[in-house]
Amino acid sequence: MASVTDHTSLRDDRRSSGRMSALRLIFGAALLLLVLKAVGMLPEWLNRPPDWLIPPYAQWLDAFFNFIKGDMETGRPGLIYLTRWFSEGPLEFMLNTTANLLEGKRRWPNIGPISWSAIAAVATVIGYYLGGWRMAALAGGTFFWTALVGQWKLAMQTLSVISVAAPLAFVFGLTLGIVAWKYNWFDRAMRPILAVLQTLPFFTYLLPAVIFFKVGPTAGAVATIIYAMPPMILMTTLGLQKVSPEVVEAGKMAGCTRWQMLRHVYLPAARTEILVGVNQVIMLCLAMVVLTAFIGMPGLGAKLLAMMNSFKLGRSFEIGVTIVLLAVTLDRLSKAWVVKQPEHFEKGTPWWKRHFYTVLGCGAFVVFLGLAYLSNRVPNYTLIEGANQGNILQYLFSVLGDVHRTQDLSQGKEIDTAIKHFLDLDGIQATTEWLRWFLNVQVLIPFRNALLWVPTPAFILVIAGFAYWLAGRREAIIAAIFFSIVASTGWWDRSVITLYTVISAVVLAMLIGIPLAIWTARGAAPPLSLQGSAKDFAIGLVGLAFKRIPVLFGALLVSSLYHFFTAVEESAAFLSPTSPSLYIFGATFLVLWLAVRDWPRDKVVLTIVDTAQTFPSFIYLIPAIMLFGVNDVAVVFSILIFTLVPLTRYTVEGLRHVPPEMTEAADMSGATQVQKLTSVQLPLALPTMAVGFNQAIMFAFFMVIIAAFIGTQDLGQELQRTLAGTDLGKNFVLGICVSLMALTFDITINKWARNRKAALGLE
Amino acid sequence: MNSQTPVISCRNVWKLFGADPERYLARMQGEKSYDEIRADGYIAGVKNVSIEVGRGEMLVIMGLSGSGKSTLVRCFSRLHDITGGSIEVEGQDIMSLTENELIELRRNKMGMVFQSFGLLPHRTVLDNVAFPLEMRGQDRHERRARALEVIRLVGLEGREEYFPRELSGGQQQRVGIARSLAIEPDIWFLDEPFSALDPLIRREMQDEFLRLQEMLGKTIVFITHDFDEALRLADRIAIMKNGAVEQCDTPDKIVMNPATDYVAKFTEEIDKARVVHAGALAHPLNGHVPDGQPVAARTTIHDLARRLVSDSGDELPVTDDTGAVVGVLNRQAALDVLMGDG
Repeated sequence: MASVTDHTSLRDDRRSSGRMSALRLIFGAALLLLVLKAVGMLPEWLNRPPDWLIPPYAQWLDAFFNFIKGDMETGRPGLIYLTRWFSEGPLEFMLNTTANLLEGKRRWPNIGPISWSAIAAVATVIGYYLGGWRMAALAGGTFFWTALVGQWKLAMQTLSVISVAAPLAFVFGLTLGIVAWKYNWFDRAMRPILAVLQTLPFFTYLLPAVIFFKVGPTAGAVATIIYAMPPMILMTTLGLQKVSPEVVEAGKMAGCTRWQMLRHVYLPAARTEILVGVNQVIMLCLAMVVLTAFIGMPGLGAKLLAMMNSFKLGRSFEIGVTIVLLAVTLDRLSKAWVVKQPEHFEKGTPWWKRHFYTVLGCGAFVVFLGLAYLSNRVPNYTLIEGANQGNILQYLFSVLGDVHRTQDLSQGKEIDTAIKHFLDLDGIQATTEWLRWFLNVQVLIPFRNALLWVPTPAFILVIAGFAYWLAGRREAIIAAIFFSIVASTGWWDRSVITLYTVISAVVLAMLIGIPLAIWTARGAAPPLSLQGSAKDFAIGLVGLAFKRIPVLFGALLVSSLYHFFTAVEESAAFLSPTSPSLYIFGATFLVLWLAVRDWPRDKVVLTIVDTAQTFPSFIYLIPAIMLFGVNDVAVVFSILIFTLVPLTRYTVEGLRHVPPEMTEAADMSGATQVQKLTSVQLPLALPTMAVGFNQAIMFAFFMVIIAAFIGTQDLGQELQRTLAGTDLGKNFVLGICVSLMALTFDITINKWARNRKAALGLE
Repeated sequence: MNSQTPVISCRNVWKLFGADPERYLARMQGEKSYDEIRADGYIAGVKNVSIEVGRGEMLVIMGLSGSGKSTLVRCFSRLHDITGGSIEVEGQDIMSLTENELIELRRNKMGMVFQSFGLLPHRTVLDNVAFPLEMRGQDRHERRARALEVIRLVGLEGREEYFPRELSGGQQQRVGIARSLAIEPDIWFLDEPFSALDPLIRREMQDEFLRLQEMLGKTIVFITHDFDEALRLADRIAIMKNGAVEQCDTPDKIVMNPATDYVAKFTEEIDKARVVHAGALAHPLNGHVPDGQPVAARTTIHDLARRLVSDSGDELPVTDDTGAVVGVLNRQAALDVLMGDG
């Protein structure tokens, strides 16, 4: 036995020494290229691939797409006949139906629009059924808010597409998931496609959708369906694979046919995973439907886009809140549905009691439909002084049917001014100004220029070297191939700018997210202990700031709103002792603080993080533009807050799941808090943290494309430009560039995390 | 078909796991050992097993984890397709059945109980028990009546509307048992049914199980890794190791004459007097019937202890259930067993 281990360790040694020399070679070659360039002796063809070497991928792809597309004018058969039939036939029919029901578009069945109050009432009942009063308040409140701020129609335009796209994505995803589970070859063929689909920038979904499926809601729906499908497929396959073998055997022994097995055994037993898939489908649909604004689909996204374009931050903010509320509601409801277990009734329970919630829901629906009908017969009372001013009850009754233009409670302009006031505060302005200057001049631009200076082959070598070092030879080869393809498309500089944005944002997010997560995971320990070492003191101080920042921010927001409403005329100094704003601020702070004081800190942070995770990505642009205007810092900032979420989540997760006996062993060995953290907890949490890091990078690649809206010079900008035309080939080439870079990171980091987990014996 | 034909009879059954087991088995020269097969990259789940189960008999297959006992029982019901040999159930070669015939067989003749219960989490107790009936298309009313009947049989009345997660382990296994009995199977497979339960519950369930078997008289294949459980329940025990049957015999004979060292290891710690019956230790009648009060063949030596010590005769007559004298028990031999020298 001993000789066997000797052999393997010997082999390991030999392999690792071979690895070291290969690494030395790779990095040495890269260094040589850099030195040559520095002294000006690098031939130009080694700096960037020469033009004659760049194949016309875009033309080839265009030719290919044209071929499979067919031509409707000349009558050449092709895919377009099928897709057009689908989009003009069944899909458009479904979209028209939901559009009629929800927003009152004049199409079959011509019975809509259903009044908002009836929908809100049903949502409340469903919320109560799934999650008690809190969920009822959330679901009802969301629709109430949406209607009263006057965004009902927009929201319904969005929801009418989701309510077609989500079920279709579910059905297609489920079917493909079942096929992938049943046939191994299909699964194997599917996985790389899904990996590419999940990293492909959404602009690349949009253009083919437009070309093959018409402009407007149909194209939007198609892009949304394709975008939302991959996780459904993966979750279905996973769930079916996880069904306990004994349950399967029990089904077989009961004499199930194949169809009975699937219908009565596999699918119900995989219920949890399938419903998690449903949750993801809904969330991705919402995220995507907002983004389809870029191809002109009406709804919340389009309005948000328009408002941000004209820098109307107040209205943007309100629409943002609506989107977030919808997202949180749909997310929480579907999650509650996942954990909801059927209840049993004793024998002899009457029918209406067994179906209590169905009866209640239908009842509420009918009652509110009736009320809405009556309400449309009374004048449109408003709360503002004027001809129609009514008391609050009159007002509420008169809006049950339609919220008339004059009746909505939107405070867009007011918030606009409030935000401007807030940003004009000296402290805030100085901070953002300084941050903008510092990040731009000292960090981002030098870093970008440095990356752009690096010769292409050196860049590829360094990336491949890292992949080799972290993961292995296979990953290094993949990295080299992928980046070489990117170089050969001729979009190298823009790709590097994309990469630079991603890396800067993720690194900055790590600087904030990891300390935050460490502090969170330290959970119940007192936040500030005077007995600890200086390092402990520092951690405690950081922690103190973190826990109070959300409270501080909330208080600041409330007081500045008040500040605005009372002192529009003269901008009274916020910090003067006579300013009531100061006291409002103090009082709000106290209330909020008392509310969350007893929450353990991990609950505070995880609640925020989990809620933030459900926000559609577009939302993150709002604060970025608000604080930094339109420039690189805003781009990096929006990516930063977007990526902060997975980084924090996974780091907390990793630290929490360190086996308790290991931390106890460290305690018993007399480790200080810091020693325990650095030599026990972090190393063991690292593989999980890497998964979070990976997700952060994927999120960043996604966000950086959206940030094209702010104005970037990277691939996203080019991609956005292609949306205006029919440049399908170019659109694809750009998309694939993004996808290949993202995949390189994905493959390398995941491999590293797996190796690490195996080495630590964690799974 | 007369009662003498075995219900299950398997001959030279092989089940190999690996890349291409059929070809590997066809090419095997002579019989290789478990380790040799493993060195070739295959796992011998079942290795050349020939065994028969008679009507109304309870065969217990005993072995440690990985010994192939669960694999063997899954070959009987063709949950696994065997690699070589043949298995006949009621005279029918099950490997020759079509998918539909197999489904019919399972729907009408076989029931199975699983170690971790294998209940469908989304169905109530009633629906779980009625599941096999539903699959074979019985109408709602009939299957409900039958399910309620079996639920009463296993003592779960009043829990019909519960979901599995609301029941204790013992109760869940009662549901599993009820489900397997719902179709009134002739053959009943139980795969370590009580292993996941606490010792006290396990004992209670074994008693319950014996009561049921007394009533139903099914043909049973019972899997366990617990030797005591095997001794307690079995008509015959098959002890498996590395996929092969080491010994297959009645509990008395296994305890008294372990065939291999491996079997002997299990029997070492056993109080033989509690296992061995008078009938098993008796010699056949040799023309003369000894005097004295006869002892029943089915009493254990342990139960005879007082009599053995106090009696003075060298030999005691042994009677079967009908009261006829069938053999002679040597008192000294019985005392040796009692003292643990047998």
